[in-house]
Amino acid sequence: MENIHLIYPEIFISLSIMLILMIGVFKTKSSNLVYSLSILVLFVSTGLIINSPINQEIYLFNNSYKIDSLSHFMKIVTLISGIFVLSSSYNYLKIENIIKIEYPILILCSILGMLVMISSNDLIVFYIGLELQSLALYVLAAFNTNKLQSSEAGLKYFVLSALSSGLLLYGCSLVYGFSESTNFNLISEKIILSQYGNVFGIVFILTGLAFKISAVPFHVWAPDVYEGSPTSVSLFFAVVPKVAALTVFIRFLYVPFLSLIDQWQIIIIFLSLASMIFGAIAAIGQKNLKRLIAYSSIGHMGYALAGLAVGTNSGIHSSITYICIYVIMNLAIFSCLLMLRRDNKFYDNIEDLSGLSKNHPIISLCLLIVLFSLAGIPPLAGFFAKFYIFISVIEQSMYFLAIVGLVSTVISAFYYLKIIKIIYFDEAKEKFDQENYIGLKITLALSTAIVLMYFVYPSWLINIISNINIL
Amino acid sequence: MNFPIISSLILLPTIGALFILLSRSNSESKYQSYKYVALFVSITNFFISIYLWFIFDPNITNFQFVENRLWLHDFINYKVGVDGISILFILLTTFITPLCIISVNKTIKFKLKEFLIAILVMESLMIGVFCSLDLVIFYLFFEGGLIPMFLIIGIWGGPKRVYAAFKFFLFTLLGSVLMLVAIISIYWISGTTDVVDLYDLGIDPKYQNLLWLAFFSSFAVKTPMWPFHTWLPDAHVEAPTAGSVLLAAILLKMAGYGFIRFSIGLFPLASDNFVPLVYTLSLIAIIYTSFVALMQEDMKKLIAYSSVAHMGYVTLGIFTMTKQGVEGSIIQMISHGIVSAALFLCVGVLYDRVHSRMINTYGGVVNIMPKYAVMLMVFTLSSIGLPGTSGFIGEFLILLGAFKKSFLIATIASVGVILGAVYMLWLYKRVVFGKIANNELIKISDLNRSEIFILLCLALLTIFFGFYPEPLLKTIDPSISNLIETYNYNINLYK
Repeated sequence: MENIHLIYPEIFISLSIMLILMIGVFKTKSSNLVYSLSILVLFVSTGLIINSPINQEIYLFNNSYKIDSLSHFMKIVTLISGIFVLSSSYNYLKIENIIKIEYPILILCSILGMLVMISSNDLIVFYIGLELQSLALYVLAAFNTNKLQSSEAGLKYFVLSALSSGLLLYGCSLVYGFSESTNFNLISEKIILSQYGNVFGIVFILTGLAFKISAVPFHVWAPDVYEGSPTSVSLFFAVVPKVAALTVFIRFLYVPFLSLIDQWQIIIIFLSLASMIFGAIAAIGQKNLKRLIAYSSIGHMGYALAGLAVGTNSGIHSSITYICIYVIMNLAIFSCLLMLRRDNKFYDNIEDLSGLSKNHPIISLCLLIVLFSLAGIPPLAGFFAKFYIFISVIEQSMYFLAIVGLVSTVISAFYYLKIIKIIYFDEAKEKFDQENYIGLKITLALSTAIVLMYFVYPSWLINIISNINIL
Repeated sequence: MNFPIISSLILLPTIGALFILLSRSNSESKYQSYKYVALFVSITNFFISIYLWFIFDPNITNFQFVENRLWLHDFINYKVGVDGISILFILLTTFITPLCIISVNKTIKFKLKEFLIAILVMESLMIGVFCSLDLVIFYLFFEGGLIPMFLIIGIWGGPKRVYAAFKFFLFTLLGSVLMLVAIISIYWISGTTDVVDLYDLGIDPKYQNLLWLAFFSSFAVKTPMWPFHTWLPDAHVEAPTAGSVLLAAILLKMAGYGFIRFSIGLFPLASDNFVPLVYTLSLIAIIYTSFVALMQEDMKKLIAYSSVAHMGYVTLGIFTMTKQGVEGSIIQMISHGIVSAALFLCVGVLYDRVHSRMINTYGGVVNIMPKYAVMLMVFTLSSIGLPGTSGFIGEFLILLGAFKKSFLIATIASVGVILGAVYMLWLYKRVVFGKIANNELIKISDLNRSEIFILLCLALLTIFFGFYPEPLLKTIDPSISNLIETYNYNINLYK
């Protein structure tokens, strides 16, 4: 156990969860303290991870836990986005009166689960991580007990997610049965095409994973859950689990299932195409902003999957770049959404944004930038995300995927423009409340600045990411 | 390293826009100061570009003032530079923008600050388009221009502005995404997106046709060529005057420039293959849209359709692949930039006073606004291509080039010249001469000083170049000769 220091972040988070829970239970009115402590815990664990740079693959616990550059980077992304999610939702929780000690602790649990998922190199470890994060998410979705919608969202998510976990577990058992191991490295040696059980296993596992990142046709939960859950939880849903799930996708596809690339490639291409097209078309008719973001994130996951379908290192890099920029854009758009409140009531219909530019020029400008970026218009960050994806897609001569992807970009541009139209072209409504919590403002300012200024030095992100070698 | 003059041309308007964005005030008097800041920035930019023209050596066919910086993870460089072709378009951009800013006086009644920011950002992007020497950088500027233009049409436009803005945005975006696929493909085929390197390397002939079509889809929408032109009348009619001016004077020229720089320069063989297609579409544009223009009730729409017809000449001239034809196209683009800007401003002048763009509202304007009538006459004649105006030089050279290639095509195109005279003169007659149609007209005043200044600048320029096009021709001649030579060399090589 000479490398035990590499999992200090996970150990630290688990110990802190217990400690913070004790503080919360035994100290009265400690919700604010618990909240700030949780942010601190995330900060410290980010520091711990950044402090131990990785340049080789290290296995722990009988090869069931893997620390490499991919897990290192993705953990940092998960933790940092976790910090921003927590710090931007404080205001919302306070006003909606759901600030309880459980909230930050559940978020910590879920993030811990994600860290385990990201590093897992074994079917069982992976499943434990997955369930840890999912269980926390079920509760979070239903967190606003005052609202029926929220409970409905939680229940819906629980039922569907349990189903998908079941499929996933069945797939794992099939793969285990035919390749006689749960360890990814051993599976990759044993897995062969001639045993069809393996292919079935892969299909079931991919189904489960596609559910987690809400790729079409396993997306049905996303709009309802996004709409029903408290907005701060929707933000968490939209950002953090996607990072972890995408990492697991990369892990599964490129370690144990690599030799069957011909089998799964077509599945991933289908998922990607379906998500891009469906995400673009279904979002057009939406009236609720949270639902719309849900559909748009379905579409965005399609693009991220397109990078994975390619089967090259550069494809993986483009996918990771995409997810990073996606996280930044979603943080920005949700922080705008969390600011729309009038007399302690939050608004999330698109119509409520009408004429926003008149009374709130700064928020509108940020929204403008982020929406154009989500639509993939240069020179904003969203364009570069798509650009990297299409570079790697076209490198492998997958022109069909590229053209369908770009055409659905145009379709999706329509609904982003529709929001901009409502913000800028329509008549103004009443003012929203002006004062906002500082964490929210920082999140918005920082993420918008990155989106806007990304073109000045676009190499920084890809330079970091290109150090990750999977193949 | 020398002073990065091109980057400063690109950046300066954006810096001005940032300055306006960050300065805060709510009082009316400060509104004027925003305008002065914008004006100052754009005029400075104009002087820089004049200086650039001055120190530019037209005898060198290579790109000059090239800046090459590492930009995107060792495969795309930020590379800008000018040659004889692009420098004229840069001058046109920096010349038109200050005039636009002067003209906002009456037309923009709210959110002046945002409007100026949009115009300045637009200027940056347009200059960027004309001097980028890397396909990806070009795409960045080309597409980036959609954002400010969308807002200009959508926020400050007329009653159907939302429809027009969406149509404009989605049409152009759809055309352009295919170009993006082509650009990335070129990267994987040739290993670079650097235009200068690609000129030397050439692109594998077996890919050229598809790539050409992908670029064509983008440029044809932007030009606009028939049948992709339908967004233009809507956008023009709904956009505020300054927006129409930018759109007609500069945005449409991006595509013409793109045809010369990329379609012909990068894909000579494919260009040769597709000549019949371009001829057909150009001729349809010239004849058909002239007839459509004839029947318009709305002045702006009429001028918009006339723009489509004029751009038909441009594409025709470019694809004659003769020196005269291509030079004529460039002169025609510059001339159309000046004249259509002026015509839209003239319509804007009337619209500000009477709030109607319908031709039948007017009549007998000459009795009330004599100065205006004179100005409009100059631009009408220039639009027709009367000798002594810049429009004539362009059309003449294009027809000369066309005659060299095919008698029939040139004849059909010449018919368009007559049709152009018909609809423009008829417009002039209905608006300016005759009885005073409307009691409201009696009250209106003639041009004020700023309007006279703007229109006079444009009028002098079009007459000057009509009599003495030498400065323009001298600038473009070596670059065009080089382009045609390379083109013919490539064609002969593969045939």
